Amino acid sequence: MISPGRSWREFPQRYRLEAAKCETCGKIHYPPRVACSKCGGTTFENITLPREGKVVTFTIVRVPPAGFTEQTPLPIAIVELMDGVRIMVQIGDLADPSELEIGMPVRLEFRRISWDGEAGLIFYGHKAVKS
Amino acid sequence: MSVGIVGYGAFIPRRRIKLEEIAKVWGADAPSYRRGLQLNEKSVPGADEDTVTMSVEATRNAFARSGGIEPAEIGALYIGSESHPYAVKPSGTIVAEAIGATPDIHIADFEFACKAGTESMFVAQSLVKAGEVKYAVGIGADTSQGAPGDALEYSAAAGAAAFIFGDDDERILAEVVETYSWTTDTPDFWRREYMHYPRHGSRFTGEPAYFRTTMSSAQGIMEMAGLEPRDFAHAIFHQPNGKFPMRVGKKLGFTQEQLETGWLSPWLGNTYSGASPIGLTAVLDIAKPGDLILLTSFGSGAGSDSFIFRVTDRIELVRDRAPGTRKQLDENQIYVDYGTYAKLRGKIRMGE
Repeated sequence: MISPGRSWREFPQRYRLEAAKCETCGKIHYPPRVACSKCGGTTFENITLPREGKVVTFTIVRVPPAGFTEQTPLPIAIVELMDGVRIMVQIGDLADPSELEIGMPVRLEFRRISWDGEAGLIFYGHKAVKS
Repeated sequence: MSVGIVGYGAFIPRRRIKLEEIAKVWGADAPSYRRGLQLNEKSVPGADEDTVTMSVEATRNAFARSGGIEPAEIGALYIGSESHPYAVKPSGTIVAEAIGATPDIHIADFEFACKAGTESMFVAQSLVKAGEVKYAVGIGADTSQGAPGDALEYSAAAGAAAFIFGDDDERILAEVVETYSWTTDTPDFWRREYMHYPRHGSRFTGEPAYFRTTMSSAQGIMEMAGLEPRDFAHAIFHQPNGKFPMRVGKKLGFTQEQLETGWLSPWLGNTYSGASPIGLTAVLDIAKPGDLILLTSFGSGAGSDSFIFRVTDRIELVRDRAPGTRKQLDENQIYVDYGTYAKLRGKIRMGE
Protein backbone atom coordinates (compact mmCIF):
# COMPACT_ATOMS: atom_id res chain seq x y z
CA MET A 1 0.00 0.00 0.00
CA ILE A 2 1.15 3.58 -0.68
CA SER A 3 2.80 5.31 2.30
CA PRO A 4 1.34 8.60 3.63
CA GLY A 5 4.52 10.39 2.53
CA ARG A 6 4.45 9.12 -1.02
CA SER A 7 0.75 9.84 -1.49
CA TRP A 8 1.31 13.38 -0.16
CA ARG A 9 4.14 14.02 -2.64
CA GLU A 10 1.83 13.08 -5.50
CA PHE A 11 -1.08 15.39 -4.52
CA PRO A 12 -0.26 18.10 -7.11
CA GLN A 13 -0.56 15.67 -10.04
CA ARG A 14 -3.22 13.38 -8.58
CA TYR A 15 -5.50 16.09 -7.12
CA ARG A 16 -4.97 18.99 -9.50
CA LEU A 17 -3.64 17.31 -12.67
CA GLU A 18 -0.49 19.41 -12.57
CA ALA A 19 2.00 18.51 -15.31
CA ALA A 20 5.49 19.71 -16.25
CA LYS A 21 5.99 21.41 -19.63
CA CYS A 22 9.64 21.40 -20.76
CA GLU A 23 10.78 25.00 -21.19
CA THR A 24 13.31 23.90 -23.83
CA CYS A 25 11.28 21.72 -26.21
CA GLY A 26 7.67 22.08 -24.97
CA LYS A 27 7.03 18.40 -24.23
CA ILE A 28 4.47 17.90 -21.46
CA HIS A 29 5.24 15.27 -18.81
CA TYR A 30 2.55 13.72 -16.62
CA PRO A 31 3.54 12.85 -13.97
CA PRO A 32 6.32 15.47 -13.87
CA ARG A 33 9.95 14.32 -14.37
CA VAL A 34 13.35 15.60 -13.28
CA ALA A 35 14.67 15.61 -16.86
CA CYS A 36 12.77 15.86 -20.17
CA SER A 37 12.59 12.49 -21.95
CA LYS A 38 12.80 14.21 -25.36
CA CYS A 39 15.59 16.83 -25.01
CA GLY A 40 17.08 16.29 -21.55
CA GLY A 41 15.97 19.77 -20.42
CA THR A 42 15.70 20.28 -16.68
CA THR A 43 13.55 23.42 -16.41
CA PHE A 44 9.77 23.06 -16.56
CA GLU A 45 6.67 25.20 -16.49
CA ASN A 46 3.91 23.96 -14.16
CA ILE A 47 0.68 23.54 -16.16
CA THR A 48 -2.76 22.06 -15.45
CA LEU A 49 -4.07 19.38 -17.80
CA PRO A 50 -7.52 19.77 -19.36
CA ARG A 51 -10.20 17.43 -18.00
CA GLU A 52 -11.76 16.39 -21.32
CA GLY A 53 -10.45 13.76 -23.71
CA LYS A 54 -11.11 10.45 -25.44
CA VAL A 55 -10.21 6.80 -24.91
CA VAL A 56 -7.23 5.69 -27.02
CA THR A 57 -7.09 2.11 -25.76
CA PHE A 58 -8.12 0.13 -22.70
CA THR A 59 -7.99 -3.13 -20.81
CA ILE A 60 -10.25 -4.68 -18.17
CA VAL A 61 -8.48 -6.00 -15.07
CA ARG A 62 -10.49 -8.87 -13.62
CA VAL A 63 -8.01 -9.98 -10.95
CA PRO A 64 -6.89 -6.64 -9.48
CA PRO A 65 -4.23 -6.13 -6.81
CA ALA A 66 -4.96 -5.45 -3.12
CA GLY A 67 -6.76 -2.16 -2.57
CA PHE A 68 -8.78 -2.48 -5.77
CA THR A 69 -10.73 -5.72 -5.25
CA GLU A 70 -14.04 -3.96 -4.50
CA GLN A 71 -13.81 -2.26 -7.89
CA THR A 72 -13.62 -5.48 -9.96
CA PRO A 73 -13.81 -5.52 -12.95
CA LEU A 74 -11.43 -2.60 -13.11
CA PRO A 75 -11.24 -0.81 -16.47
CA ILE A 76 -7.94 0.98 -17.15
CA ALA A 77 -7.49 3.17 -20.21
CA ILE A 78 -5.05 5.41 -21.96
CA VAL A 79 -6.91 8.67 -22.48
CA GLU A 80 -5.79 11.40 -24.84
CA LEU A 81 -6.68 14.78 -23.36
CA MET A 82 -7.68 17.84 -25.40
CA ASP A 83 -4.07 19.11 -25.45
CA GLY A 84 -2.77 15.81 -26.85
CA VAL A 85 -1.29 14.54 -23.58
CA ARG A 86 -1.97 10.83 -22.99
CA ILE A 87 -2.53 9.60 -19.45
CA MET A 88 -3.22 6.19 -17.95
CA VAL A 89 -6.37 6.32 -15.87
CA GLN A 90 -9.17 4.20 -14.39
CA ILE A 91 -12.60 4.43 -15.99
CA GLY A 92 -15.49 5.02 -13.60
CA ASP A 93 -19.29 4.78 -13.71
CA LEU A 94 -19.70 1.99 -16.24
CA ALA A 95 -22.91 0.00 -15.88
CA ASP A 96 -21.11 -2.76 -17.79
CA PRO A 97 -17.47 -2.88 -18.99
CA SER A 98 -18.73 -3.74 -22.49
CA GLU A 99 -19.83 -0.08 -22.78
CA LEU A 100 -16.18 0.91 -22.98
CA GLU A 101 -14.95 1.61 -26.50
CA ILE A 102 -12.03 3.21 -28.26
CA GLY A 103 -12.79 6.83 -29.13
CA MET A 104 -15.33 7.24 -26.32
CA PRO A 105 -15.39 10.87 -25.13
CA VAL A 106 -14.57 11.12 -21.42
CA ARG A 107 -14.22 13.68 -18.65
CA LEU A 108 -11.93 13.39 -15.63
CA GLU A 109 -13.74 13.44 -12.29
CA PHE A 110 -12.33 13.48 -8.76
CA ARG A 111 -12.77 10.00 -7.24
CA ARG A 112 -11.38 7.55 -4.71
CA ILE A 113 -8.69 5.57 -6.53
CA SER A 114 -7.93 3.03 -3.80
CA TRP A 115 -8.08 2.68 -0.03
CA ASP A 116 -6.06 0.86 2.60
CA GLY A 117 -8.84 -1.28 4.09
CA GLU A 118 -11.31 0.08 6.64
CA ALA A 119 -8.77 1.86 8.83
CA GLY A 120 -6.06 3.07 6.44
CA LEU A 121 -5.75 6.08 4.20
CA ILE A 122 -8.04 6.80 1.26
CA PHE A 123 -6.15 7.70 -1.92
CA TYR A 124 -7.89 10.23 -4.15
CA GLY A 125 -7.26 11.19 -7.74
CA HIS A 126 -9.06 11.31 -11.06
CA LYS A 127 -11.03 8.74 -13.03
CA ALA A 128 -12.35 9.15 -16.55
CA VAL A 129 -16.13 8.93 -16.94
CA LYS A 130 -18.23 8.96 -20.10
CA SER A 131 -19.02 12.58 -21.01
CA MET B 1 -22.40 46.59 0.57
CA SER B 2 -24.25 43.35 -0.04
CA VAL B 3 -23.11 39.76 0.32
CA GLY B 4 -24.30 36.97 -1.90
CA ILE B 5 -23.67 33.83 -3.88
CA VAL B 6 -21.07 34.41 -6.60
CA GLY B 7 -20.87 30.78 -7.77
CA TYR B 8 -22.92 27.63 -7.21
CA GLY B 9 -22.70 24.00 -8.26
CA ALA B 10 -24.15 20.59 -7.56
CA PHE B 11 -23.00 17.01 -8.01
CA ILE B 12 -25.32 14.00 -8.07
CA PRO B 13 -23.92 10.45 -8.49
CA ARG B 14 -25.25 8.55 -11.50
CA ARG B 15 -26.32 5.35 -9.78
CA ARG B 16 -29.94 4.93 -8.66
CA ILE B 17 -31.95 2.28 -6.89
CA LYS B 18 -35.73 2.07 -7.21
CA LEU B 19 -37.96 1.93 -4.14
CA GLU B 20 -39.45 -1.39 -5.35
CA GLU B 21 -35.99 -2.99 -5.45
CA ILE B 22 -35.45 -2.23 -1.74
CA ALA B 23 -39.03 -3.13 -0.73
CA LYS B 24 -38.90 -6.58 -2.32
CA VAL B 25 -35.84 -7.59 -0.29
CA TRP B 26 -37.54 -6.72 3.01
CA GLY B 27 -41.00 -7.95 2.08
CA ALA B 28 -42.40 -4.43 2.35
CA ASP B 29 -45.42 -3.21 0.40
CA ALA B 30 -43.85 -0.97 -2.24
CA PRO B 31 -47.04 0.89 -3.30
CA SER B 32 -47.81 1.94 0.28
CA TYR B 33 -44.21 3.13 0.81
CA ARG B 34 -44.33 4.97 -2.50
CA ARG B 35 -47.58 6.66 -1.47
CA GLY B 36 -46.60 7.24 2.14
CA LEU B 37 -43.11 8.63 1.57
CA GLN B 38 -43.65 9.94 -1.99
CA LEU B 39 -40.37 8.40 -3.09
CA ASN B 40 -39.68 6.70 -6.45
CA GLU B 41 -35.92 6.15 -6.40
CA LYS B 42 -32.77 7.49 -4.79
CA SER B 43 -29.15 8.16 -5.74
CA VAL B 44 -26.45 5.68 -4.73
CA PRO B 45 -22.76 6.60 -4.51
CA GLY B 46 -20.26 4.35 -6.32
CA ALA B 47 -17.47 2.64 -4.37
CA ASP B 48 -15.23 5.49 -5.56
CA GLU B 49 -17.56 8.33 -4.52
CA ASP B 50 -17.80 9.94 -1.09
CA THR B 51 -18.45 13.30 0.56
CA VAL B 52 -15.01 14.54 -0.51
CA THR B 53 -15.23 13.54 -4.19
CA MET B 54 -18.74 14.95 -4.59
CA SER B 55 -17.71 18.17 -2.83
CA VAL B 56 -14.77 18.64 -5.19
CA GLU B 57 -16.97 18.25 -8.29
CA ALA B 58 -19.72 20.52 -6.88
CA THR B 59 -17.11 23.16 -6.00
CA ARG B 60 -15.55 22.96 -9.47
CA ASN B 61 -19.01 23.61 -10.90
CA ALA B 62 -19.36 26.60 -8.55
CA PHE B 63 -16.03 27.99 -9.80
CA ALA B 64 -17.15 27.50 -13.41
CA ARG B 65 -20.11 29.79 -12.68
CA SER B 66 -18.05 32.35 -10.70
CA GLY B 67 -16.66 34.26 -13.67
CA GLY B 68 -12.99 33.65 -13.02
CA ILE B 69 -12.49 33.73 -9.26
CA GLU B 70 -9.09 32.23 -8.50
CA PRO B 71 -9.03 29.40 -5.92
CA ALA B 72 -6.24 31.24 -4.09
CA GLU B 73 -8.73 34.06 -3.37
CA ILE B 74 -10.85 31.72 -1.21
CA GLY B 75 -10.27 32.60 2.44
CA ALA B 76 -12.46 29.95 4.06
CA LEU B 77 -13.96 26.60 3.09
CA TYR B 78 -16.47 24.64 5.15
CA ILE B 79 -18.08 21.27 4.50
CA GLY B 80 -21.19 20.21 6.35
CA SER B 81 -21.80 16.46 6.37
CA GLU B 82 -22.66 13.55 8.63
CA SER B 83 -20.67 11.19 6.41
CA HIS B 84 -17.17 12.63 6.40
CA PRO B 85 -14.91 9.80 5.13
CA TYR B 86 -12.61 10.09 8.14
CA ALA B 87 -13.64 10.34 11.81
CA VAL B 88 -10.37 12.22 12.38
CA LYS B 89 -8.87 14.07 9.38
CA PRO B 90 -10.79 16.87 7.78
CA SER B 91 -12.66 16.54 4.49
CA GLY B 92 -12.12 20.24 3.83
CA THR B 93 -8.34 19.98 3.49
CA ILE B 94 -8.67 17.41 0.70
CA VAL B 95 -11.25 19.52 -1.14
CA ALA B 96 -9.21 22.72 -0.73
CA GLU B 97 -6.04 20.95 -1.94
CA ALA B 98 -7.89 19.55 -4.97
CA ILE B 99 -9.28 22.94 -6.03
CA GLY B 100 -5.94 24.66 -5.37
CA ALA B 101 -7.08 26.89 -2.49
CA THR B 102 -4.39 25.94 0.06
CA PRO B 103 -2.52 27.09 2.17
CA ASP B 104 -3.90 30.62 2.91
CA ILE B 105 -7.30 29.41 3.99
CA HIS B 106 -9.40 28.62 7.07
CA ILE B 107 -11.05 25.19 6.98
CA ALA B 108 -13.50 23.30 9.17
CA ASP B 109 -15.84 20.34 8.83
CA PHE B 110 -19.32 20.87 10.25
CA GLU B 111 -21.81 18.37 11.58
CA PHE B 112 -25.46 18.90 12.52
CA ALA B 113 -27.39 15.98 11.02
CA CYS B 114 -29.09 17.26 7.84
CA LYS B 115 -28.48 20.96 8.33
CA ALA B 116 -24.67 20.91 8.34
CA GLY B 117 -24.68 22.14 4.73
CA THR B 118 -26.62 25.34 5.43
CA GLU B 119 -24.48 25.81 8.54
CA SER B 120 -21.38 25.92 6.35
CA MET B 121 -23.18 28.39 4.05
CA PHE B 122 -24.19 30.57 7.02
CA VAL B 123 -20.65 30.77 8.40
CA ALA B 124 -19.15 31.34 4.94
CA GLN B 125 -21.46 34.28 4.18
CA SER B 126 -20.97 35.68 7.70
CA LEU B 127 -17.18 35.82 7.31
CA VAL B 128 -17.54 37.64 4.00
CA LYS B 129 -20.06 40.04 5.56
CA ALA B 130 -17.67 40.72 8.45
CA GLY B 131 -14.91 41.56 5.99
CA GLU B 132 -12.65 38.77 7.28
CA VAL B 133 -12.27 37.05 3.90
CA LYS B 134 -12.85 38.04 0.28
CA TYR B 135 -14.57 34.81 -0.75
CA ALA B 136 -15.73 31.80 1.27
CA VAL B 137 -17.08 28.41 0.18
CA GLY B 138 -19.93 26.62 1.95
CA ILE B 139 -20.62 22.99 0.98
CA GLY B 140 -23.31 20.49 1.97
CA ALA B 141 -22.58 16.85 1.04
CA ASP B 142 -23.53 13.41 2.28
CA THR B 143 -23.47 9.71 1.42
CA SER B 144 -25.77 8.78 4.24
CA GLN B 145 -26.95 5.35 5.28
CA GLY B 146 -30.13 3.97 6.73
CA ALA B 147 -30.05 0.63 8.55
CA PRO B 148 -31.02 -2.28 6.26
CA GLY B 149 -34.80 -2.67 6.27
CA ASP B 150 -35.38 0.58 8.18
CA ALA B 151 -37.69 3.23 6.69
CA LEU B 152 -34.60 5.42 6.24
CA GLU B 153 -33.13 2.96 3.77
CA TYR B 154 -35.72 4.06 1.19
CA SER B 155 -34.52 7.66 1.37
CA ALA B 156 -30.84 7.92 2.45
CA ALA B 157 -29.04 9.11 -0.69
CA ALA B 158 -25.92 10.91 -1.92
CA GLY B 159 -25.22 14.33 -3.40
CA ALA B 160 -23.44 17.65 -2.87
CA ALA B 161 -23.94 21.37 -3.41
CA ALA B 162 -21.32 24.11 -3.13
CA PHE B 163 -21.71 27.88 -2.92
CA ILE B 164 -19.04 30.57 -3.17
CA PHE B 165 -19.99 33.72 -1.25
CA GLY B 166 -18.54 37.15 -1.98
CA ASP B 167 -19.32 40.85 -1.71
CA ASP B 168 -18.32 42.20 -5.12
CA ASP B 169 -21.57 43.45 -6.64
CA GLU B 170 -20.66 42.61 -10.23
CA ARG B 171 -20.28 38.91 -9.35
CA ILE B 172 -23.27 38.37 -7.03
CA LEU B 173 -25.89 36.18 -8.71
CA ALA B 174 -28.12 35.89 -5.61
CA GLU B 175 -27.91 38.44 -2.81
CA VAL B 176 -28.39 37.27 0.81
CA VAL B 177 -31.33 39.40 2.03
CA GLU B 178 -31.79 37.83 5.46
CA THR B 179 -30.67 34.87 7.58
CA TYR B 180 -32.24 33.31 10.67
CA SER B 181 -31.77 30.12 12.71
CA TRP B 182 -34.23 28.41 15.05
CA THR B 183 -32.69 25.75 17.30
CA THR B 184 -33.71 23.62 20.30
CA ASP B 185 -32.63 20.33 21.87
CA THR B 186 -35.00 17.82 20.25
CA PRO B 187 -33.91 14.14 20.25
CA ASP B 188 -35.56 12.98 17.02
CA PHE B 189 -32.61 11.27 15.27
CA TRP B 190 -29.10 10.36 16.38
CA ARG B 191 -26.07 8.17 15.78
CA ARG B 192 -23.69 7.36 18.62
CA GLU B 193 -19.92 7.27 18.12
CA TYR B 194 -18.65 4.14 16.27
CA MET B 195 -22.20 3.16 15.26
CA HIS B 196 -22.69 2.43 11.57
CA TYR B 197 -26.36 3.37 11.29
CA PRO B 198 -28.47 6.08 12.92
CA ARG B 199 -31.57 5.59 15.05
CA HIS B 200 -34.65 7.77 15.16
CA GLY B 201 -37.80 8.49 17.10
CA SER B 202 -40.15 7.24 14.34
CA ARG B 203 -43.26 9.47 14.37
CA PHE B 204 -41.56 11.86 16.82
CA THR B 205 -39.38 12.98 13.88
CA GLY B 206 -42.49 14.59 12.31
CA GLU B 207 -44.59 17.18 14.16
CA PRO B 208 -42.38 17.99 17.22
CA ALA B 209 -39.14 17.94 15.22
CA TYR B 210 -39.29 18.59 11.45
CA PHE B 211 -42.55 20.53 11.23
CA ARG B 212 -42.22 22.62 14.40
CA THR B 213 -38.59 23.56 13.71
CA THR B 214 -38.95 24.19 9.97
CA MET B 215 -42.10 26.27 10.38
CA SER B 216 -40.71 28.34 13.26
CA SER B 217 -37.56 29.14 11.28
CA ALA B 218 -39.41 29.96 8.04
CA GLN B 219 -42.04 32.09 9.81
CA GLY B 220 -39.31 33.83 11.82
CA ILE B 221 -37.28 34.90 8.80
CA MET B 222 -40.34 36.06 6.86
CA GLU B 223 -41.38 38.18 9.85
CA MET B 224 -37.87 39.67 10.13
CA ALA B 225 -37.87 40.57 6.45
CA GLY B 226 -41.49 41.76 6.41
CA LEU B 227 -42.35 39.26 3.68
CA GLU B 228 -45.14 36.76 3.10
CA PRO B 229 -45.24 33.49 1.15
CA ARG B 230 -46.79 35.18 -1.88
CA ASP B 231 -43.73 37.47 -2.20
CA PHE B 232 -41.48 34.52 -3.09
CA ALA B 233 -40.94 32.95 -6.50
CA HIS B 234 -39.53 29.75 -4.94
CA ALA B 235 -39.27 28.08 -1.55
CA ILE B 236 -37.03 25.10 -0.68
CA PHE B 237 -37.29 23.01 2.46
CA HIS B 238 -35.32 20.07 3.82
CA GLN B 239 -36.37 16.85 2.08
CA PRO B 240 -36.19 13.76 4.31
CA ASN B 241 -38.71 12.15 1.95
CA GLY B 242 -41.03 13.35 -0.80
CA LYS B 243 -43.95 14.13 1.49
CA PHE B 244 -42.59 16.39 4.26
CA PRO B 245 -41.24 19.33 2.20
CA MET B 246 -44.45 19.66 0.17
CA ARG B 247 -46.58 19.41 3.31
CA VAL B 248 -44.58 21.94 5.33
CA GLY B 249 -44.55 24.33 2.36
CA LYS B 250 -48.30 24.16 1.95
CA LYS B 251 -48.87 24.55 5.71
CA LEU B 252 -46.82 27.74 5.56
CA GLY B 253 -48.95 29.04 2.70
CA PHE B 254 -46.81 28.28 -0.37
CA THR B 255 -48.28 26.88 -3.58
CA GLN B 256 -47.23 23.79 -5.53
CA GLU B 257 -45.66 26.07 -8.20
CA GLN B 258 -43.46 27.81 -5.62
CA LEU B 259 -42.30 24.48 -4.20
CA GLU B 260 -41.84 22.06 -7.08
CA THR B 261 -38.59 23.33 -8.68
CA GLY B 262 -36.56 22.71 -5.53
CA TRP B 263 -38.47 19.52 -4.64
CA LEU B 264 -36.04 16.81 -5.78
CA SER B 265 -36.45 14.09 -3.14
CA PRO B 266 -39.02 11.92 -5.01
CA TRP B 267 -36.25 11.10 -7.55
CA LEU B 268 -33.08 11.91 -5.59
CA GLY B 269 -33.92 10.71 -2.06
CA ASN B 270 -32.68 12.49 1.04
CA THR B 271 -29.15 13.76 0.52
CA TYR B 272 -29.03 14.92 4.17
CA SER B 273 -26.65 17.91 4.37
CA GLY B 274 -26.93 18.25 0.60
CA ALA B 275 -30.74 18.17 0.45
CA SER B 276 -32.03 21.74 0.65
CA PRO B 277 -28.75 23.17 -0.79
CA ILE B 278 -29.09 20.95 -3.91
CA GLY B 279 -32.72 22.11 -4.10
CA LEU B 280 -31.40 25.69 -4.14
CA THR B 281 -29.08 24.88 -7.07
CA ALA B 282 -32.06 23.49 -9.03
CA VAL B 283 -33.96 26.72 -8.36
CA LEU B 284 -31.01 28.94 -9.36
CA ASP B 285 -30.83 26.94 -12.61
CA ILE B 286 -34.18 28.41 -13.67
CA ALA B 287 -34.69 31.50 -11.47
CA LYS B 288 -35.30 34.94 -12.99
CA PRO B 289 -33.59 38.18 -11.98
CA GLY B 290 -35.49 39.78 -9.11
CA ASP B 291 -36.92 36.49 -7.82
CA LEU B 292 -37.01 36.07 -4.05
CA ILE B 293 -36.08 32.58 -2.80
CA LEU B 294 -36.70 31.13 0.67
CA LEU B 295 -34.39 28.32 1.79
CA THR B 296 -35.07 26.54 5.10
CA SER B 297 -33.02 23.51 6.08
CA PHE B 298 -33.69 21.13 8.94
CA GLY B 299 -31.19 19.19 11.00
CA SER B 300 -32.24 16.67 13.60
CA GLY B 301 -31.24 17.48 17.10
CA ALA B 302 -32.76 19.98 16.07
CA GLY B 303 -32.52 23.22 14.14
CA SER B 304 -33.40 25.03 10.94
CA ASP B 305 -31.32 27.63 9.11
CA SER B 306 -33.28 29.99 6.87
CA PHE B 307 -32.01 32.25 4.09
CA ILE B 308 -33.78 34.71 1.82
CA PHE B 309 -32.00 35.32 -1.49
CA ARG B 310 -32.75 37.88 -4.20
CA VAL B 311 -31.62 36.77 -7.67
CA THR B 312 -29.69 39.29 -9.79
CA ASP B 313 -29.30 39.79 -13.57
CA ARG B 314 -26.00 37.89 -13.46
CA ILE B 315 -27.75 34.54 -13.12
CA GLU B 316 -28.64 34.58 -16.84
CA LEU B 317 -24.98 34.95 -17.77
CA VAL B 318 -23.46 32.21 -15.63
CA ARG B 319 -26.01 29.43 -15.07
CA ASP B 320 -25.14 27.50 -18.25
CA ARG B 321 -21.41 27.35 -17.49
CA ALA B 322 -21.79 24.10 -15.49
CA PRO B 323 -24.13 21.09 -15.68
CA GLY B 324 -27.64 21.84 -14.41
CA THR B 325 -28.93 19.98 -11.37
CA ARG B 326 -32.10 18.63 -12.98
CA LYS B 327 -30.00 17.37 -15.92
CA GLN B 328 -27.71 15.47 -13.53
CA LEU B 329 -30.79 14.01 -11.86
CA ASP B 330 -32.68 13.05 -15.01
CA GLU B 331 -29.96 11.86 -17.41
CA ASN B 332 -27.38 9.05 -17.64
CA GLN B 333 -28.65 7.13 -14.61
CA ILE B 334 -27.25 3.66 -13.88
CA TYR B 335 -29.87 1.53 -12.10
CA VAL B 336 -28.48 -1.01 -9.62
CA ASP B 337 -30.07 -4.03 -7.94
CA TYR B 338 -30.11 -4.49 -4.16
CA GLY B 339 -27.08 -6.82 -4.20
CA THR B 340 -24.93 -4.25 -5.98
CA TYR B 341 -26.30 -1.52 -3.71
CA ALA B 342 -25.43 -3.56 -0.60
CA LYS B 343 -21.88 -4.06 -1.89
CA LEU B 344 -21.39 -0.40 -2.82
CA ARG B 345 -22.71 0.80 0.55
CA GLY B 346 -20.47 -1.55 2.55
CA LYS B 347 -23.42 -3.55 3.89
CA ILE B 348 -21.72 -6.88 3.18
CA ARG B 349 -19.32 -8.21 5.79
CA MET B 350 -15.98 -8.87 4.07
CA GLY B 351 -13.18 -11.27 4.96
CA GLU B 352 -10.17 -9.81 6.71
